[in-house]
This record gives sequence, structure tokens and C-alpha cells, in this order.
Amino acid sequence: MITKEEVEHVGWLARIEIAESESETYAKKLNSVLGYFEQLDEVDTEDVLPTYHVADVMNVFREDVVKPSMSQEEVLSNVENKQEGSFKVPKIM
Amino acid sequence: MAKWTNISQIKQSIESGSAEEVTTSYLDIIGKSKMNGFVAVSDEAINDARKIDADGHDGALAGVPIAIKDNISTKGLSTSCGSKILHGYVPPYNAHVIEKLKDAGAIVIGKANMDEFAMGTSTESSTYGPTLNPWDKERVPGGSSGGSAAVVAAGEAPVSLGSDTGGSVRCPAAYCGVVGLKPTYGAVSRYGLVSYANSLDQIGPLATNVSDIATVMDVVGGYDARDSTSMKHENNYHDALKDDVDGLKIGVPEEYFGEGIDENVEKSVWDAIQKFEDMGASYEKVSLPHTKYALASYYIIAMSEASSNLARFDGTRYGHRVDGDNWHDMASKTRADGFGDEVKRRVLLGTYALSAGYHDKYYLKALKVRTLVKQDFDKALANVDVLMAPTMPAPAFKIGEKIDDPLSLYLADVNTVPINLAGVPSMSVPCGMTDGLPVGLQIIGNHFDENTIIRAAYSFEQNTDHHNNKPPEVA
Repeated sequence: MITKEEVEHVGWLARIEIAESESETYAKKLNSVLGYFEQLDEVDTEDVLPTYHVADVMNVFREDVVKPSMSQEEVLSNVENKQEGSFKVPKIM
Repeated sequence: MAKWTNISQIKQSIESGSAEEVTTSYLDIIGKSKMNGFVAVSDEAINDARKIDADGHDGALAGVPIAIKDNISTKGLSTSCGSKILHGYVPPYNAHVIEKLKDAGAIVIGKANMDEFAMGTSTESSTYGPTLNPWDKERVPGGSSGGSAAVVAAGEAPVSLGSDTGGSVRCPAAYCGVVGLKPTYGAVSRYGLVSYANSLDQIGPLATNVSDIATVMDVVGGYDARDSTSMKHENNYHDALKDDVDGLKIGVPEEYFGEGIDENVEKSVWDAIQKFEDMGASYEKVSLPHTKYALASYYIIAMSEASSNLARFDGTRYGHRVDGDNWHDMASKTRADGFGDEVKRRVLLGTYALSAGYHDKYYLKALKVRTLVKQDFDKALANVDVLMAPTMPAPAFKIGEKIDDPLSLYLADVNTVPINLAGVPSMSVPCGMTDGLPVGLQIIGNHFDENTIIRAAYSFEQNTDHHNNKPPEVA
């Protein structure tokens, strides 16, 4: 079962700010779903390989050929915060 | 007054009038609509139609208006995934399916409402408010492609595209009484589809009839190098439009008629299977023994993939931003404010399921159960041509009825999610009514055997009149 403190930690990992007043409600709702997930414990999966996807392909490569890409202007067209052809963000550290 | 139409009727109207007239009349209908099925209407639609008129009407979909789910990228037309975090985002490029549609002359008329980031079964979690079910305006249209289904059912577009991660095309098709196909994983390129759970997501068409599904699939299907899971598989979907199910072997999975199934849904589906028998098919009961674990496996995988896929929405390159003291603070505040409750819950659960100490217990376990679910389908479909079952165990529920209880919403997906885990194709077709609401028959086939499904669905349509049931206000 997930605790209030774990909810806050997961919120940090997921970069979703969770107010202290919300963490208990989250814990309750998440626990009801996690409780449902517990039923998988009863399935015997010894010697069963995982399926990551079902497409019958592996290691899809292409020729390393330079092709035209989107212009800088188009790439930056959805932000107000830009400077000298770059996305502008607050300091990282 | 909105009308149910099909592509061949639209083409006749274009020949006797013009593409411009057809598009204008749809824009007029959409303008008067109270269904909230569209979240954006294209300013370019009329110009595109005029161009089609000027160039001649050559393409397979020349002048045919189509509604596009709001998570499929349309150059110059907003694509918000029903989310505040992407409100106002205008893609600088087209998805592969949009390129193909435009090449075939289709008119992208607008963007259809959806559950936020395609996470839902009701279209209630959209930042633009719920879409109403045209059959009963107090009820949900299903989800997550609720807008795509409702606009087709309400006569506001003849065809649409949705996306199906765990039933998101088939559920709303069933709830709104239209036809919807989830193609085989890899049959339609996902390039330009905003990923929710990329190992499960697949774009699929919705229409008032089976023939139009084949027409749209012939346009949007096929290989695309820009999607690394796109498969090289040539197919002509139109070839399958034959009224012939003689000798067709149907499997009926008993687990899909389980606890909580609506009595009339069960009866309608059995009546349909009986009808197939009358038409020359045969059926046998089959078992998909891991069905009961599919839902938990699906949600763990979908949430885990979502937690990774949605990491890109951080206020940096597009969409909503809330200021913060540093980048982490900005991103955390942006995501707290920009994502709705259900999206946050799924990202948090997915992050938890992938985090140190829990990865093997949840994520790896779910992937192993996925293998067992897939093997169930491989075994069953080795002996029969198709499987038939209810798409949804019960008809459309009331708006607000389940929104506060995520688990009860998840349980509604019990008959649709196993199909995505296995990656097989599946179609929902109307097969009756219960208390004035449509019931969907689900026809499931082998990998890349859409044509057997289409042939079965087309034959059923030719020999029954369920597809002629129309919502009250649609003439």
C-alpha cells in the first residue's frame, strides 16, 4: 500500500506538484487501484517471458541519410519563451 | 437537420453539386450542434473543398469531410488531446494518416472531443467538457474517442478517426450505435498520434457502415518508416466487402459474458450469433482463461507507458506553462495545473509501478501476464476464424455516474482491453438496442486478418437492419 509520503515522493519523480492537503486523497484513490492490481500475484508466471509489444519486428534500422528537417522557426512556433533560436527556461540548478 | 450519410451518398452530392456545398452544409450542422463533439473546426475546410472542386474529384475520399480525434496531429489546426496542458498547441506537421487522407482528397473538417490524453471510457475528462450521447443527452458517448463516435452518430460528419488503446474506438462506437475498427497493432502508422501507451495505441476509423470503414482503411493503412512498429503488410480492405459467411467458424469466449453483463446486451449478441448461424456460419464456445487478469495487466502497462510518454509535457516546448523558481519547480507546477485528475492519477501510478522496488512486482509481472493473454488469443484463433462477444457489457451510462470512482470506470473496459494486449484487430458493429440505447457486437480476428472481420460485419449488415437505427434527432 502506498503511503502519504510515498505519494509525495512519486509526485517528485513524476514532476507533478502535490500539495500536502491532497496527498491523503491521492493515497486513498491510488490504493484502491493498487489493491485491484494485487490479483496478478495469483497468476503463475514462472518461465513466462514478458511481452513488451506485439509487432513482429526487432531492431528497426534505417540508412543514415541526411534529410530535411523542420525549420527552427516552426519548431519554436508554439512558445513565447524563446531566445536566439532556443527554448527559454528558468535555471535548472 | 443533420442526416446519416455514407461516403457514396456524399460523392453523389459532390457530383451533382460541389465539395464546397457539402463542406458548407456540414459546417452549418456543426455550428448548430449542442453535442460538444467538436473542440475545433477547421478554418481551411472550405478552401480545401474549393481546391478539390477546382482539381476535379479524383481521390478515393475527394471532398469527403472527416472528423479527427484531437490527439492526431493536424498541421495548422489545434491538437490539444482534450487537455489544458496542450490548449492552443498548433502542430507544425501532419500525422501520417492526415497526409494520406489529404492525398486522397478528404476534407479535415474539425477535431473531435476526447477524454484527456485518451485516458477514459466516457469523454467526461476533457478540459472542454463532456460530449453528449446523441441517443440520450444525459448519457456519455463512451470514450475515449467519444467525440469521433458522437459526431458520426449525430450526422455531423460521415466518417471520423479515433484511437484505440484499450477500447477507445470500439467503446464509443458501441455506445453511439456506429461502426468502429481497431486495426492490428502496426497496420496504421502512429506517426503524429500523441502517444498515451505506445505498445497498445492504434488509430482506427468510425463510420455509419462497414463499407466506409474499408474505404478509410484503404487510405490510411500501410507501412510508414517513421513509426518503428509499422508493419510491411499489403492489404486491400475493399476486397473483403462480400456478403458471404458460409463456413465461417465463430468462437464465443465465455469469459466475455461474465458478471455484470446487461441481460439485453447478452440477448442481442446471442441473437446476432444465431443470425450468423442462419447465414451459414457455425459457432462453438471457446475459453480465454486469462481474461480476468487482462484488465490489471492492461492498466499497469498503459499507466507505466503513459508516465514516460507524458514526460514531454513540461512547459518547455509547447502548451501551458506556470512560472517557477527553477526548471523543476516550473515543470512540477505546470503539470499539476495542466493535467486533469485522471491523467495525474495514471502518471503517478505508472511512475510508482516503474520505480525502484516495484518494477518487478507491477510492470514486469503485467508484461508476463500480457504474454499469457496473447497466448489465449493465439490458441483460440488457431481453431476459429473470428471471436464474437459484446463490445461493452452494458449500454452507455449517465454523465457523472462513475467519474469519481476510477476503478468502476476501468471495469467497463473488461471486454475491450485484452484485444489491445494481444494486438489483434477488432470491430464493433451495431447489433440491437436496449432501453433505447445501442448495443455493439465485437468481432475479433487474427493479426492482419481485418478482411475476415470486415466480411463478417458486412454480411451481417446486409442481412439485418440494426445499422439503420438512428438517434432521435437524426433524420
